[in-house]
Amino acid sequence: MKLKRWRKGILSRLLRVLFFRKATAKIGIYGPPNAGKTTLANRIIHTFVDENEDIGVPTEVPHETRRAVRRKGILIDLKSKSVQNPYLNTTTNPDSTATSTSVQKPREGKAKLKLDIVDTPGLATKIDFHDFMAFGLEEQEAKKRAKEATEGVIEAIKWLDDIDGVLLLMDATEDPYTQTNIVIIGNLEARSIPMIVVANKMDLPEAAPQRIADAFPQHPVIPISALKGENMDELYKEMARRFR
Amino acid sequence: MEIKMDLISEDKINSMSSMEKLRFILDGVKSGNIVILEGGLSSEEQMKLIELTMTEVDDDFPGIEISGYPAKRSFLNLRKKTRLTVIGPAKVMHTIKRDKDLISAVVSAV
Repeated sequence: MKLKRWRKGILSRLLRVLFFRKATAKIGIYGPPNAGKTTLANRIIHTFVDENEDIGVPTEVPHETRRAVRRKGILIDLKSKSVQNPYLNTTTNPDSTATSTSVQKPREGKAKLKLDIVDTPGLATKIDFHDFMAFGLEEQEAKKRAKEATEGVIEAIKWLDDIDGVLLLMDATEDPYTQTNIVIIGNLEARSIPMIVVANKMDLPEAAPQRIADAFPQHPVIPISALKGENMDELYKEMARRFR
Repeated sequence: MEIKMDLISEDKINSMSSMEKLRFILDGVKSGNIVILEGGLSSEEQMKLIELTMTEVDDDFPGIEISGYPAKRSFLNLRKKTRLTVIGPAKVMHTIKRDKDLISAVVSAV
């Protein structure tokens, strides 16, 4: 039964790639709460669409994103990215001058990728309203947020049926070997949905992206800092390779 | 306070339909029990369990803690063989360490 489903998944994906390739791929940003999903979505939009447009507001309170948000029609153009990216001069050192652009490596890819980004609520197996009260929320507000967060988790799971590729975000400072990460990877594998594991927060001293690579050796792992824009080039190149 | 553990054989779990399995597990966990499945749950079943759990989260039941050994590829690499899965109420069970072949959890009465 499972084998049949697996074969069907492979076959349908192969047919889709060969004959029914979509002009625009829907890419879901998945991961546990507070991994930096909204920060990454904002970073992609700032780089390729408009530096003043935000898909959401990241905060340190978990489950800030409680509804999946889709931003349509983002053109990832590796060739012209250096022109469009407003952060390239200030990614690692805000005081650096325009000369920092000149030492950037020449762009290797010429690939263009049109996609919709879906910023999904964080996946979790438990949502306790007391956790929100620890961030200063009143009890009523905390309970309301917890209820919305549970609906958000369900929505994120439902979105998997419509997604063409996944950026699976993990916090590089945390242990990656959690059941939530294992479950989502298992589901993506079963559905043959291409994915990139993104080790976020590499700018923090306690970050250990190699731990993520060791935990999931069967998938590409790209370390980045979505907040500071570090190593984003590598992620865009990998997206162009995987999601075309 | 006593905490009950239900150790369920692979045969019993295999005799149930997917929804029966999930309902059986969640009912047990909501009653405060730790449920240990010999044959484990597949990733798809675990995702459905998370989904079902989210529909039942309330002030007294914040959700579940779930841990399991990852599935192993079986003969000729054709299908995955699921392995042991442990599920407990998030209020009483907390996984402190785990890797491919070890699960270390703390169970404490509320």
